[in-house]
Amino acid sequence: MKYRILDDVAIADVAFEIYGKDLHELFENAALAIFEQSADITTIKGEKKRSIDISSNALDTLFFDFLSELLYLKDAEQLLGKAAKVHIAQNKSEYTLQAEIVGDVISQQKHTLKSDIKAVTYHMFKIEETPKGWVAFVVVDI
Amino acid sequence: MRELPTTKPNTTQITPYIWEISPDYKKGMLVPARIYASAKLLAEMDAGVFEQVTNVACLPGIQKYSFCMPDGHWGYGFPIGGVAAFDAEEGIISPGGIGFDINCGMRLVTTNLTYKEVQPRLKELIDTFFKSVPAGVGCKGFVKVNKQQFINIIESGSQWCVDNGYGWKSDIERTEGYGVIDWADHTKVSDKAISRGIDQLGTLGSGNHYLEAQVARAKDIYDPETAKAFGIHSPDQVVVMVHCGSRGFGHQIGTDYLRTFEGVMKKHNIEVRDRELTCAPFQSKEGQDYYKAMACAANMAFANRQVILHRIREGFEKVFKTSAEKLEMNLVYDVAHNIAKLEEHDVDGKRKKVVVHRKGSTRAFPPNHPELCKLYKKAGQPIIIGGSMETGSHLLVGTEQAMKETFGSTAHGSGRMMSRAAAKHKFQGDSLLKTMEKKGIYVRAVSMQGLAEEAGSAYKDVDEVIETVHNAGISRRVVGLKPIGNVKG
Repeated sequence: MKYRILDDVAIADVAFEIYGKDLHELFENAALAIFEQSADITTIKGEKKRSIDISSNALDTLFFDFLSELLYLKDAEQLLGKAAKVHIAQNKSEYTLQAEIVGDVISQQKHTLKSDIKAVTYHMFKIEETPKGWVAFVVVDI
Repeated sequence: MRELPTTKPNTTQITPYIWEISPDYKKGMLVPARIYASAKLLAEMDAGVFEQVTNVACLPGIQKYSFCMPDGHWGYGFPIGGVAAFDAEEGIISPGGIGFDINCGMRLVTTNLTYKEVQPRLKELIDTFFKSVPAGVGCKGFVKVNKQQFINIIESGSQWCVDNGYGWKSDIERTEGYGVIDWADHTKVSDKAISRGIDQLGTLGSGNHYLEAQVARAKDIYDPETAKAFGIHSPDQVVVMVHCGSRGFGHQIGTDYLRTFEGVMKKHNIEVRDRELTCAPFQSKEGQDYYKAMACAANMAFANRQVILHRIREGFEKVFKTSAEKLEMNLVYDVAHNIAKLEEHDVDGKRKKVVVHRKGSTRAFPPNHPELCKLYKKAGQPIIIGGSMETGSHLLVGTEQAMKETFGSTAHGSGRMMSRAAAKHKFQGDSLLKTMEKKGIYVRAVSMQGLAEEAGSAYKDVDEVIETVHNAGISRRVVGLKPIGNVKG
């Protein structure tokens, strides 16, 4: 499973529990959760590509900033994402992330739209490595 | 992962509608928490409300009580329905106490048309709004501005709109704070926030935002004199309500400062129980910067609702082939329900400047308040409380009791009681559309999933919320407004 929505958490918002065998997969699956909450991704052809380059000295803020960037692109560039390819490198205390987002420019005629996510919240926000892989918990504001 | 709260603390009933949690309940509480609710609403409130309202009670500089209104539910940091005032000199400002959708709020406009006159053209009217007021994920606004114009808008709010042909002069005084928070400073806003918001002036967004045509039925006019003062003078009069906020611009400012403040708390020796309660002293550079940026977002939201009002007037003109002036399409009021305002209130017998945080709570100023325009001095401030798209909304008026008890604040809506995920599983957008049409409510929605999430049963009983604030004396019921047509994102 890539992620699941937690039905009984966050009444007015949406809470995700996200999984990944490694960090890259975790971030990619988190992006997928955001994309699938925003639209039916089967209606997105994937004609637009956009890269993201960010860095942080903490993994949780890198994660927060990455997901926030997806929401920024949704509004500033009308980018409706379908998938993300993520690469993360760590050099001493700094994490750098390079990602390529594939999607379309939003069209109400072509795409089946769902929720307009406002922001990533810090509510119960967590990212951690477990013996079974990486797990993250994120609540987004709808 | 943190445990979800499951237990509720004991509460002491102070009045039939006020329930208090003692500061002994949790280490660090500086004041008691007070929940305004009927016994039924209190019992229905999720455990998260109690955790959050008592966490807020621990924040530095909090005055009197940490409040939660009867529509309260679990939010992040502050509960939705949360009200807290902090000493302007010694206290904090917290972005979580305002929310990402800064100045999400309500606007109500009247017409002199009756339901009988509108009904034959209702579909045409709602279809017109669906075309002319953009809604849904990433929608682009109909007001195209360059960066300098956007900067003018975020510093002058509604006034820019009226100066540029998007409103009437009388709209300004019928808006909270005259449609502007004059502390706004565009230099405190990131380029990212500007680029995220610049194309969204004149958009509804999605989720629980809407543009709704409503009718004031005779049996729902509870206070005819005040209703008349607010422009509702005949039974079955049709009105239009708008619920939306500062869009991506506000959301980005909220995100930017949530991140900024994290680093700042250590500097000021502040610890909070919840990361979403991140805050800074109001008088610190960071606190002041955030307030000025928040003001920019608030002004953009006033401007957003102002230009949407312009489109509503145009829509009626097109369908009814007469001028909005002849249709008496006057603004009743525009009021915020996610905001922080620097206000003066009585605290323990002294006048004090406080930063009132209203997170899913509406201002409720009484008659003769100096901030009210001449038109509303006698009646008091109009309060617009939105219900679900199936049950309708309410117009109320502010009271002295609200000023005395809750820093001039009241509820904002009916409050959700079912999660979006659960509502999505239980309801189908298509069937909801048909059910509502049978009830005489014509709906156009961009997202069927979004519509399902907004089903009436996902919300608390708004009538119970209204009865609570009315009987508690912090607002007085004026008119109930039944939905007849709705546009959703």
